[in-house]
Amino acid sequence: MGGLEKKKYERGSATNYITRNKARKKLQLSLPDFRRLCILKGIYPHEPKHKKKVNKGSTAPRTFYLLKDIKFLLHEPIVNKFRDYKVFVRKLRKAYGKSEWNTVERLKDNKPAYKLDHIIKERYPTFIDALRDLDDALSMCFLFSTFPRTGKCHVQVIQLCRRLTVEFLNYIIASRSLRKVFLSIKGIYYEAEVLGQPIVWITPYAFSHNHPTDVDYRVMATFTEFYTTLLGFVNFRLYQTLNLHYPPKLEGPGDKDSKDQDEGAYAMDSESCLEKLSALSASLARVMVPVTEEEVEMDEFPADGENAEQEEGLRKEREAQEMHKKLFEGLKFFLNREVPREALAFIIRSFGEDVSWDKSVCINATYSENEPSITHHIVDRPTQPNPVLGRYYVQPQWVFDSVNARLRLPVEEYFPGVLLPPHLSPFVTEKEGDYVPPEKQKLLALQRGETPGYVNESEDEDSEEDEEGESDDQEEEEEEEEGSEKEEEVKLKVMEEQRTQGKKVGVTMGTLKLEDKHRLEQEEANEAKRLAIMTMKKREKYLYDKIMFGKRRKVREANKLAQKRKAHDEAVKAEKKKNKKARRA
Amino acid sequence: MRILSSVPRKRVSFAQPRQLWRSRRYVSRRRILSLIRDWTGRVGKERRGLPAPLPGSGARNGGNMAGARGGRRAGMEAGARARTGKRPAEQDPELQEAGSSEEPSPFTRPDLSQSAADSESDSSDSEESVFSGLEDSGSDSSEDDASSIEDGKSRNIPKITQDKSQAGATLQNTKEASNQSQEPKKEDEYAEDSSDEEDIRNTVGNVPLEWYEDFPHIGYDLDGKRIYKPLRSRDELDRFLDKMDDPDYWRTVQDKMTGQDMKLTDEQVALVQRLQKGQFGDASYDPYEPALDFFSGSVMIHPVTNRPADKRSFIPSLIEKEKVSRMVHAIKMGWIQPRRPKDSIPQYYDLWAHEDHNAILGRHKMHVPAPKLALPGHAESYNPPPEYLLSEEERLAWEQQEPGERKLNFLPRQFQCLRAVPAYSRFIHERFERCLDLYLCPRQRKMRVNVDPEDLIPKLPKPRDLQPFPTTQSMVYRGHSDLVRCLSVSPNGHWLASGSDDHSVRLWDVYAGRCLKTIPVSGVVKSIAWNPNPAICLVAVAVGDSVLLLNPGLADQQVASSTDQLLSAFSPPEEPARQPVEWQEASGEEREQGLRLQIRHHKPVKQVAWHGRGDYLASVVAAAEHTQVLMHQVSRRRSQSPFRRSHGQVQCVAFHPSRPFLFVASQRSLRLYHLLRQELTKKLMPNCKWVSSLAIHPQGDNVICGSYDSKLIWFDLDLSTKPYKVLRHHKKALRAVAFHPKYPLFASGSDDGSVIVCHGMVYNDLLQNPLLVPVKVLKGHTMHRDLGVLDVSFHPTQPWLFSSGADGTLRLFT
Repeated sequence: MGGLEKKKYERGSATNYITRNKARKKLQLSLPDFRRLCILKGIYPHEPKHKKKVNKGSTAPRTFYLLKDIKFLLHEPIVNKFRDYKVFVRKLRKAYGKSEWNTVERLKDNKPAYKLDHIIKERYPTFIDALRDLDDALSMCFLFSTFPRTGKCHVQVIQLCRRLTVEFLNYIIASRSLRKVFLSIKGIYYEAEVLGQPIVWITPYAFSHNHPTDVDYRVMATFTEFYTTLLGFVNFRLYQTLNLHYPPKLEGPGDKDSKDQDEGAYAMDSESCLEKLSALSASLARVMVPVTEEEVEMDEFPADGENAEQEEGLRKEREAQEMHKKLFEGLKFFLNREVPREALAFIIRSFGEDVSWDKSVCINATYSENEPSITHHIVDRPTQPNPVLGRYYVQPQWVFDSVNARLRLPVEEYFPGVLLPPHLSPFVTEKEGDYVPPEKQKLLALQRGETPGYVNESEDEDSEEDEEGESDDQEEEEEEEEGSEKEEEVKLKVMEEQRTQGKKVGVTMGTLKLEDKHRLEQEEANEAKRLAIMTMKKREKYLYDKIMFGKRRKVREANKLAQKRKAHDEAVKAEKKKNKKARRA
Repeated sequence: MRILSSVPRKRVSFAQPRQLWRSRRYVSRRRILSLIRDWTGRVGKERRGLPAPLPGSGARNGGNMAGARGGRRAGMEAGARARTGKRPAEQDPELQEAGSSEEPSPFTRPDLSQSAADSESDSSDSEESVFSGLEDSGSDSSEDDASSIEDGKSRNIPKITQDKSQAGATLQNTKEASNQSQEPKKEDEYAEDSSDEEDIRNTVGNVPLEWYEDFPHIGYDLDGKRIYKPLRSRDELDRFLDKMDDPDYWRTVQDKMTGQDMKLTDEQVALVQRLQKGQFGDASYDPYEPALDFFSGSVMIHPVTNRPADKRSFIPSLIEKEKVSRMVHAIKMGWIQPRRPKDSIPQYYDLWAHEDHNAILGRHKMHVPAPKLALPGHAESYNPPPEYLLSEEERLAWEQQEPGERKLNFLPRQFQCLRAVPAYSRFIHERFERCLDLYLCPRQRKMRVNVDPEDLIPKLPKPRDLQPFPTTQSMVYRGHSDLVRCLSVSPNGHWLASGSDDHSVRLWDVYAGRCLKTIPVSGVVKSIAWNPNPAICLVAVAVGDSVLLLNPGLADQQVASSTDQLLSAFSPPEEPARQPVEWQEASGEEREQGLRLQIRHHKPVKQVAWHGRGDYLASVVAAAEHTQVLMHQVSRRRSQSPFRRSHGQVQCVAFHPSRPFLFVASQRSLRLYHLLRQELTKKLMPNCKWVSSLAIHPQGDNVICGSYDSKLIWFDLDLSTKPYKVLRHHKKALRAVAFHPKYPLFASGSDDGSVIVCHGMVYNDLLQNPLLVPVKVLKGHTMHRDLGVLDVSFHPTQPWLFSSGADGTLRLFT
């Protein structure tokens, strides 16, 4: 009887969570303000482990925030700014209503504004954290920079996004950190490796947007507000690491011009500077011109056993990366009018030096189409009216595929008007049992054959092949398993028949029964396994079945793809034959 | 003067009514009058020096003034006039005469009536009166000159008595109004409104005239003399005569104040008629004349008023000065800040200059970083390998799926060249959805199970180490034409008895596989049991309502005959006890077949089971009573029903191999009865839906129990009444379970057509739990009417297993 009665839901997980409405009331914020605060501060709902306990016995669907998160929000200075803003809006409305234009102007001048610097620092205590979370920021900024200057959001935001993304692209070019590119039907994916962190972003194709009505642009604008701040600071820091001027300055004559205009002024202030920057053709000015490219030589450690192999692999990887960075060095590109200039200029400049385009497309074209030293002319038309000798005319996919393959692919397959080979995603790494398209296999073979440095990948390839074989075996086994019961029955039946029918008593010559020992053993093992599976506990059995189901599905999908490919290839072959016959006849 | 006269007229268009109304309401009439008087007086004074006022205006003013002054100063004025000699003296006597002679003539003002058209004289007359009045009120030094001028003027004007003019104020006014169309009437109205001025000839004031009814006079005139009532001597006749004679009789009215008759002039009559019709009194007044805006919309070059600028417009405003000083003070106090220049370009700096790797600001352990977006696969390429494109069916399936269920959120498409790739219509959607996911989606850290499925499989001892157990099918016993429900092996293991739905019991040679004997019975064989006592060769068979005891005669002659002797040694007692069943001895042909005894129950028998000694026999009857289980003693041919009440439908019974226990399995439970003490020892709960079969371990401490919901339940009696282990090896209902009498084996037969043999090691050490390992799945029976294996039984000495199935065969697995 002793002791106080313990009440329910007064300790434990029920006290750790708070519903959204309660949180809002605690913060005394309206729903839009609360939403904005959550977006800026990176607060998100949590799914409690025992929802019913947290929900105080009710099973109604509710979103829960961590109480700690909400308490943390209580001390946010931005909340006060929100309230100020509310007051500002009220005053402004009043002034408008009274037609007090002086008051309106004064109020507008004193519009409350807030800065997000402290939030960035708080959310990303280290620079690496910020880099890790840069994917969404980049994608969003690239999207916003393509928005039209009217409607949907403020022009300043669009300009800022454009500026920041151009700066980032220039950094990637300067640091040569682009790794993968992919032309998808949604847009163009890029992967860069910045300070060891892979950063993936997507840019839409350069078309005007069909603005959907079921999208809340306020939410996106709030995210963009945060992302632009983040991207600005990240850009600053990145430029600093490369010893570049942060408000970027262009090298060469452009630099002088800007100096003449206004010393120390921001390069972006003038429209032309931004355009020159966004042309991506000129290099950026450095704070300190490096005397010589000092190769950081890795110290050689005495190799011992396993480490030696690892180190060897690492070294080779590093070398390959260096090679990759200089992929297009020594080549001279010219972009025809119809190809997406910005994407290609960015990619080519990230792996080499020289690229130019038609003057009418963009400013800062460094050389004209008639330049005799051009080696590659990128064209996206079926035919070229008057081709110049001494240069390859290739389709843009060649650039993308070459970057992904880490080598200059043979250009024959990419001539204008030619049916292009499939464009594969560089983001897929096939594991054992996965379907590998034949193009990928070919590519891997090419890499192996031409560059002996790619040991790892070739090994991968081998193992993959082996695994494939294995998987095939497994499939067979599975089939066997399924079929074994039937087989056994059939066997038994035969035996029975023999027994029952062999009533004529007599001894016939026994045939020597060759028992495959290996096979017998395997059968035995299989049976043992089946019996063991029978004894599994219910829960484990469920899990096991699930895993096996997933595995089988994977195999099935891979098989399906392989089958489809086979059918397609056969159809193509048949057509070719037909064509040949037709030609002959 | 002209301004005054003209302005109000013009104002009529928009501003006047209101102002007029206001002035009427808030300023007393008298005040207005006095104001007008003063003002006109001033003007008059000023204008006195002017050569000659315009006749119209002067007359008007004069009229006004005359009306205005009224009788207030009447006496004084009269005195003054008398003094100055302005008034003609003859008038007064005339009045006197009129008062005395009661003639209306002096009041009719012949000049007025006559010279209605002659406005000149009329106006001048009124003018005269005006100026005289003004002069009086003024009483200044300039009075004399003015009077002299006026005197000169007034001389050629016909004289009217003051009384006359005042008495006819109303009439005069109306007349003036009619004469001078421009004249506004309102001032006259004020003039006559005053009660002072109402009574002009009679000075009694505003008292009811009834008070003078009894007096001969009606009041007093200005001189204080009585005004006598007219002599009312005229009677009806006089009146009639007047009516007849006087052509103006119709326009003659009596003035109540003076009692005199007076004739109305033509104008007055016309006025009365107009008023009666509801028209304006002024005939020439046009109420609908076109409005003339005083302040027109057009911009004029001259100001409307020529008023000079106020002084205050040259002097700095004090209020503004106060305001400025207030602002200066606010600036001094720092309340007003100067505007800061706006910085539109955000300032960036090295935010992470002093980054502290250990600092986890604002973040706690529960932080779940958002997962990155999935990277695109080959299918998303603008030119994917052909196998990634969807076929027609797949595309249809994709379109019919819910958007949330789709594996790919886009349709893979192939484009010949980059030029042909269109914009992706859902790009903004996808970014937006990502945003929503980031701030709206509840996050949870989920532990992904990353187990090798092989690790989940329990490690069992290898079956090879648990041998011997039956592994292969070595014999099939064919002969039954219908499903074989039950089988039993003889205690020495040579023979096999089986009962089938084809109404026969067959006896088989185990080794040769031959059917030794076929005993036709009267019905379906439900159960069959070989007597476990090797010295007795007896088979109990449950057929229909009875249990048959057969002596197949397959054993040694000695054993067979001893069995017969045992059965025949029975001598019926003197007084046969009342028994629930009927014992019948077989004879004749039946005896030839091997039948020895028949125990007739009255209900269909489901199962028979022998006690280990071979003397007792238990049978289960399908009845919903307490007499479901019956015990029979063969040697004494006695039967009894051991239970007083039933606990559900009994499924099967079994004797404990060594102790006097009886296991009774009902649908959901298993009961263990002590036969000697006749009490319930244990109740085992198998937790299954429907128990089908039961088997006791030869040592007696463990029980297995098969159920129709495909479970095999192992009870350790020493451990608990709850199952020690539940084995779900079979996929369908279990029909039979069996323990091997020697080897640690047990088997279960199921509807799925398989027999599973398990190793069931029971240790003598009580601390060690039994080890149950499935060792072999035996298949051979074919499915028949959804039934597979119906009964299983082990060979008493060998690790062999017999099974009977729905396909009409018995099989031996060795």
